[in-house]
Amino acid sequence: MNQAGFPLLSLITWLPLLGGAVILSVRGDEATVATNARWTALWTSLIVFALSLLLWGEFDSSEAGFQFVEHLTWLPQFGVSYRMGVDGISVLFVLLSTALTPICVLASWESIKKNVREYMLAFLILETMMVGTFCALDFVVFYMFFEGVLIPMYLIIGIWGGPRRVYSALKFFLYTLAGSVLMLLALLAIWYFAGTTDITVLLHTQFPTNMQYWLFLAFLASFSVKVPMWPVHTWLPDAHVEAPTAGSVILAGVLLKMGAYGFLRFSVPMLPQASTYFAPLIFALSVIAVIYTSLVALAQTDMKKLIAYSSVAHMAIVTIGIFTFNAQGIDGALFQMLSHGIVASALFLCVGVIYDRMHTREIARYGGLVERMPAYAATFMLFTLASMGLPGTSGFIGEVLVIFGSLKINFWLSLLGGSGMILGCAYMLYLYRRVIFGRLTRADLQAILDLSPREVAVFAPLVLLTLWMGVYPASFTHFFETSVNAMVSQHQAALTGGATRLAARLPDQKVLP
Amino acid sequence: MNGSLATPEIVLALCGMGILLFGVLRRGDGGLICSMLTIGALLLAAVLVAGGAFGLAFEGQFLVDPMSVFSKFLILAAAILGVVLSLDYNAREGIGRFEFPVLMLFATLGMMVMVSAGNMMSLYLGIELQSLSIYVLAAFARDDVRSAEAGLKYFVLGALASGLLLYGITLVYGFSGSMDFAAIRQALSDPTRVSEGLIVGVVFVIAGFAFKVAAVPFHMWTPDVYEGAPSPVTAFLGTAPKVAAMVLFLRVMVGPFGHVLMQWQALIEIVSVASMILGALAAIGQSNIKRLMAYSSIGHMGYVLIGLACGNAAGLRGALVYLVVYVFMFLGTFAVILAMRRRGQAVETIADLAGLGRNDPALAMAMAVFMFSMAGIPPLSGFFGKLYVFLAAVQSGLWTLAIIGVLTSVVGAFYYLRIVKVMYFDAAREAFDRRPASLSVVAAATGLFTTFFFIAPAPVLDAAQAAARVLFG
Repeated sequence: MNQAGFPLLSLITWLPLLGGAVILSVRGDEATVATNARWTALWTSLIVFALSLLLWGEFDSSEAGFQFVEHLTWLPQFGVSYRMGVDGISVLFVLLSTALTPICVLASWESIKKNVREYMLAFLILETMMVGTFCALDFVVFYMFFEGVLIPMYLIIGIWGGPRRVYSALKFFLYTLAGSVLMLLALLAIWYFAGTTDITVLLHTQFPTNMQYWLFLAFLASFSVKVPMWPVHTWLPDAHVEAPTAGSVILAGVLLKMGAYGFLRFSVPMLPQASTYFAPLIFALSVIAVIYTSLVALAQTDMKKLIAYSSVAHMAIVTIGIFTFNAQGIDGALFQMLSHGIVASALFLCVGVIYDRMHTREIARYGGLVERMPAYAATFMLFTLASMGLPGTSGFIGEVLVIFGSLKINFWLSLLGGSGMILGCAYMLYLYRRVIFGRLTRADLQAILDLSPREVAVFAPLVLLTLWMGVYPASFTHFFETSVNAMVSQHQAALTGGATRLAARLPDQKVLP
Repeated sequence: MNGSLATPEIVLALCGMGILLFGVLRRGDGGLICSMLTIGALLLAAVLVAGGAFGLAFEGQFLVDPMSVFSKFLILAAAILGVVLSLDYNAREGIGRFEFPVLMLFATLGMMVMVSAGNMMSLYLGIELQSLSIYVLAAFARDDVRSAEAGLKYFVLGALASGLLLYGITLVYGFSGSMDFAAIRQALSDPTRVSEGLIVGVVFVIAGFAFKVAAVPFHMWTPDVYEGAPSPVTAFLGTAPKVAAMVLFLRVMVGPFGHVLMQWQALIEIVSVASMILGALAAIGQSNIKRLMAYSSIGHMGYVLIGLACGNAAGLRGALVYLVVYVFMFLGTFAVILAMRRRGQAVETIADLAGLGRNDPALAMAMAVFMFSMAGIPPLSGFFGKLYVFLAAVQSGLWTLAIIGVLTSVVGAFYYLRIVKVMYFDAAREAFDRRPASLSVVAAATGLFTTFFFIAPAPVLDAAQAAARVLFG
């Protein structure tokens, strides 16, 4: 039943909390506590990452179903149990979460000075919630993890954030909560209808078409805020700008993926008719997002805000890909999510590097950094190019696959969605030119230092991954290909099955006066 | 007719009188020792409740069933924690007189009678014993104008509510011919005997109960009384009597009046929606944390009433689980509020919490847990409370209630988050005085319950399920 022989997923999920308990139990003066908290958090997250590599190694990618399944009775009288498992769609997100957490801990090593213990604790709790969201095979359990993310993230933005952190944290919390509670109602309706919240069963439950529409809208309310889709994206730039660097990394790297993951896990397979019905709406919102937020990004003067808007545009490509319902589109969406998870995180880290030195994110305050920071300039360039989707970097594969997939649906969708790549070049190169090139005129930049060994350690894995994904994507795509193909064929079958059932029902309706 | 079923109540009454005598005859200040004796008596009562059998006593006036046992445990737990919360506060505020715990004990006795009532008469007796004790408790800090005002206000309005209730009871008696719950239910099973007069009586009974649980539109007394009463009294007032009144409300509505569900369901829905909306909106502007908790509790009662509006076993189960969760969150929050003291003075504005995250991380963490839980964020216990009432609402097709419920919970999240914000994000103020061990114990116990409820919710659920089933055969 479980190829690891022990509850691997639960271990990956809950181990960070154990690390958090250790951090809580540390006694001593503030400096001792801070040092201990940093090292404990780093080691915990590294051990968790090592465990998730085991998952990577043991995962059987030829199998479309759920693997490493665990089952524990929890609320037997309600048909709710603690179920964990991963399939090709979720396994890489688990890895993404566990890989980014140690990087976040390292990235905050020196920049966080106050309340280090609480900070590290929040990140470890966040890791538990993130991994749990992707592993949960029960809707109620999923919802608990999905919502639980809000608490640590709210505190991370609110306590360690920038000057407008209170406003941003509250906005983030309320936007997401407002969407999620509507999903809770959908969850309750599904629970009542199907009598179970076991996702493996729900994936094969046929919901009445009328009900599907309502459920889809409720899911949309939740996931569209999380992705975020235009026009409910406005919390994201605020949250990104005010969050500490590592908070932005997790936000862009993993939290945004939860929304798209929700679409893939719930909306598309469970509600095939409604998904097809509402796909044009999603396409319209996504195309608007691609073009509009790209243009907005062009006008930004704050580096983090620019990258935040670019995230909205990139995630819009993902939603286009998901709702093409063909293998290229969904493969592309998944790949784009992973790529964006790494590239956007790296870009936020790049901003963090110079923010730590100069304490400003104003683009105009920089210029000519290449003279003093050649290694930094090279790193930043790689991620800039990856964000633009240059062939040979991870960004290219995802976008191209999505464009192929959407071409099968509609030429204009493909063209307008693809315009994001061109606009992306514009704002990213414009950003790069203003920050890195030009003449180094400001006196305070003369003494700026290049990457420290710790920062090199932070960037090295991200650089490697970006290139690896760009040069040999097959080592990642083979994880999800089988699952995606199974999902696409199930979707087709559900649509044709639904159509014949609908056709069979039509004569009855005509009888009615 | 088995009088031994009432052993816990009888023993508790005897203990109460004994402690009263002891306090009177003892020279000097007996507050602390009487509190200890009261806690002992309450624990003894809990043991007796656990060991008791089910059945009817005193010709159906008094009944012991899973529902009454369930609520008695909850009431006793709230009362014990309430006495513990009062220990330090009373001593410091100079109201550590021995009558205080004794009054709490008699109020608790009244509540236990309420939840065991099988007859309108015993119901009324229980309510009055409870109310009269609490009127005195609310005014216990008699030299404080606000406390005296709170007591007087509560007394006047409470008397009015009792009058309404009594009037409703007489109408019900007149039109159904009985005081006994089972007999009323029997009478109403015949639709021809349901007259307008009876429905008027039911409405009056609902009004009386709505006052006791502080549901809109009978909530006006709550903010003033909660703010004015001494904080430990508020903690007690917001939990145990609410549980007792709500359980009684559930029992009376689905028991004797179960057959006229169609007549009162819409009324409960309106009361529930109004409570949720008012609780969410009115709390936003508050600066006094006790007042804020008053509005918050009004909102919470709105959610519990969703369960009643469903009028089925699932709804009742949801309501009972919500009550359990609510009691511990509320008491925990008050443990933190009681710890808010600067240089010996109790402070109670929200702004006073500023910087608690820095000055006292453990206390701030407990408060944050309670606030997030009240906002209904998983995996904290408040989420489960909401989950089960919403599930029941969806099952019963009460979509309006469910949608308004989730939306008001988002609005509610706003003001709960404001407290977290003040504690963690605002510039630190002067630290609070060292918190006494009694408060730390209560905050830790309720905090752990709230945080880890999700690991094993099954026992509470099973008990609530069993309790709810009683009323539906």
